[in-house]
Amino acid sequence: DEDAPAPAASGKKLTNQFNFCERATQTYNNPLRERENQTEPPPRVNFSQTANQWIIFDAYQADFEKNQEKGKEKKGGGAGKGAEEKARKRLTVMDTQADDLAKIEHAVKMLERMVNQNSFDEIAQDFKYWEDPSDEFRDQQGTLLPLWKFGYEKARKLAVTSITWSPKYHDLFAIAYGSYDFMKQTRGLLCFYSLKNPSHPEYVFETDSAVLTAALHPEYPHMLCAGLYDGSVAVYSAVQKKRGPLYQSSARTGKHTDPVWQVCWAKDDLDNNMNFYTAPAPMNDLVSQDVIKLELEGGPVEGPDGIKLENLASGTTFDFHREASHLFLVGTEEGKVFKCSTAYSSQYLQTYDAHHMAVYKVTWNPFHPSIFMTCSADWTVKIWDHNKTEPVFVFDLNSPVGDAAWSPYSSTVFAAVTADGKVHVFDLNINKYEALCEQVVAQKKKAKLTHIDFNPKHPILIVGDDRGHISSLKLSPNLRKLP
Amino acid sequence: AEVEETFKRILSHKGVIGAIIVSYDGIPIRSSFAENDVTVQYCALIQQLAQKAKSAVRDLDPGNDLTFLRIRSKKNEIMVAPSPDYLLLVVQEPNDQP
Repeated sequence: DEDAPAPAASGKKLTNQFNFCERATQTYNNPLRERENQTEPPPRVNFSQTANQWIIFDAYQADFEKNQEKGKEKKGGGAGKGAEEKARKRLTVMDTQADDLAKIEHAVKMLERMVNQNSFDEIAQDFKYWEDPSDEFRDQQGTLLPLWKFGYEKARKLAVTSITWSPKYHDLFAIAYGSYDFMKQTRGLLCFYSLKNPSHPEYVFETDSAVLTAALHPEYPHMLCAGLYDGSVAVYSAVQKKRGPLYQSSARTGKHTDPVWQVCWAKDDLDNNMNFYTAPAPMNDLVSQDVIKLELEGGPVEGPDGIKLENLASGTTFDFHREASHLFLVGTEEGKVFKCSTAYSSQYLQTYDAHHMAVYKVTWNPFHPSIFMTCSADWTVKIWDHNKTEPVFVFDLNSPVGDAAWSPYSSTVFAAVTADGKVHVFDLNINKYEALCEQVVAQKKKAKLTHIDFNPKHPILIVGDDRGHISSLKLSPNLRKLP
Repeated sequence: AEVEETFKRILSHKGVIGAIIVSYDGIPIRSSFAENDVTVQYCALIQQLAQKAKSAVRDLDPGNDLTFLRIRSKKNEIMVAPSPDYLLLVVQEPNDQP
């Protein structure tokens, strides 16, 4: 290189690939040392998911709900949130301790109905589709086809004292159990049954004393008021959690001193409180009670005789007129029927000498505004026009008549049950003197039928007897003719 | 609880051969069958079928959902009721009369 720059300065030096020097040095290599580190492998989870339309939909829904909650929380308060969270924490602890099975409550109920449907398959098919073909030949007669029979073990020895269909759910009905026998007084039962499950009631309430009557509220279909043999009135709700009644009248709040024979809901009054009317015996006392306050209102109606000794008539049944809500009829144990009005509490509008023995049911015709029917232990069913003092029709049924009911689909069809176990169905349009159908329905011999009612929607009757059995019967087409 | 009662009633109803409660990962929680392998078999097979059925229903309309599934065979009938966390299975022999 000292040579290289000198000749480069003197002249252009051609680069010469052979004329070069190489230099190298060798140093000590650094000693190599290996270092290793081994960690636990990161946890792995296998994740698989299908991407269906509904999974995407669900994800969107969950997201939407979260957003909504956030919006609500912002509006709410911080303190409120703290309390809620604590409550939630408590709830979750309780839930895990409680029955895991509670989560499948709905599924279990449905399955029970399905199992029942399978075993009673024939009956379910009959209910829907079977029509008695012989009705085409017999114009003047019809038949009743027995369908499901409802029974409940605890109700075996009790008599059916009242039947009401639910105004909203057409397959739900409530039965009151009790005892008509003065000497043997037992506890009572209130059961709600559904046609979809004939083997077990949907809801059951037990009472201390026999239940004599029950009524379902037309607008709040879960509210039921019941009149008991010990004179008190109780209100139950089908969806309540506790076993006892929601409200019960006691001696302090105006309990009657004798059995309550009938209760009936009235329209909500101005305060939006639900009222109902009761008819006990022996005081012919129609008292309207405010469900929430349970105070006595309304005036008592005096008995007919002027004698000061207690010679009051005892009411056994009553019915309000469908349209003129101030007008009502009361049937008594002596056999008379009184027409009264809520406007005049001290006098009757009219008296009818209806029967020789106790009147068991008085009911207005749902279509014809001036016709009503009475049935009594003196073996007769009578049809009246409220403007006349003599009955329009009299039917003698050869046995004490326990109950009678008008049909909801025709103004001329009605049914009555008697103590000899028969159901009689009449259609005044077709035959004014005889029943279209007289059929023995009682399950065991010597069971007296106590109550009957028509289903508002389906062509079925429910009949209860004094052994605690309930049967449903399908009406044949001849009995269902619309006028 | 009430659910227990209803479950017992179903089991004692005429024609019912057995009932199983399955959790959503296929483990039988409660079974009325004495033989375990029968239970496990039912669980696995039916659960897959129920899932498929539910998927089909919801695919057609995500707003819809499966309420129950019935499989009627020559010898008996298998009824499946799905619920949010569990699956309830009942095997019944459909008779004519209760």
